[in-house]
Amino acid sequence: MKVKVLFFAALREHVGVASEEVDLPGQTSTVAALRAHLAGRGGAWTSALAEKKLLRFAVNQDLVPPATAIRAGDEIAFFPPVTGG
Amino acid sequence: MKILVQREDFDCGAEMEAVARGNPKVGAVAAFAGLVRDVNDDAAVRTMTLEHYPGMTERAIAKIVEEARQRWNVIDCTVIHRFGELKPTDRIVLVVVASGHRGDAFAACEFIMDYLKTRAPFWKKEQTPEGARWVEARSGDDDAAARWDSGARRNSIP
Repeated sequence: MKVKVLFFAALREHVGVASEEVDLPGQTSTVAALRAHLAGRGGAWTSALAEKKLLRFAVNQDLVPPATAIRAGDEIAFFPPVTGG
Repeated sequence: MKILVQREDFDCGAEMEAVARGNPKVGAVAAFAGLVRDVNDDAAVRTMTLEHYPGMTERAIAKIVEEARQRWNVIDCTVIHRFGELKPTDRIVLVVVASGHRGDAFAACEFIMDYLKTRAPFWKKEQTPEGARWVEARSGDDDAAARWDSGARRNSIP
């Protein structure tokens, strides 16, 4: 299953990637599972996406909780808590 | 309703006039403008760069404005948020709400700002004499947004 994954701000700098297409194993069905999958890459991925890191998630441009299901073709974004305004 | 995410500056006075122009039902216009300060967490700020998530940003703000419209009498509303590099004293954000009465205008304006602070995908990076750093989110912003959930401030001033 292919999804588009985006990273923003400090997280983008940490992993060194702004956007990529990720081909996921079949059992990766939620945002939390995708996070764990990416954290398993090691190096900066593991430290940037570690469970203790406070992150926010969006699926198809809506803020969602980590248990949210993901589907092929979804745009999934990972980012730090927002600081606009 | 007007939502703009742009690099360019904006004119607060012109935007406040625009939401009420030609509409005699508007009795109150409340506005909030956020500016870049030259100090944050005891460090001097030379410039600030705002990053955002194009597409989601406009969508998130539209949802916030829609929620405000469901809670209060909002006749018209404008939200403008800048991105890119800004300097101290530059304007960052403007929220303008036109309503029949001041209670709804004040409340909706504050609500939109509180929700924007915690739900709109913007991130600030400050350049200080010690180097660049990403601004950390404040728990006080979450508290400010959460108080609207309690219902304590939902009702407008009669």
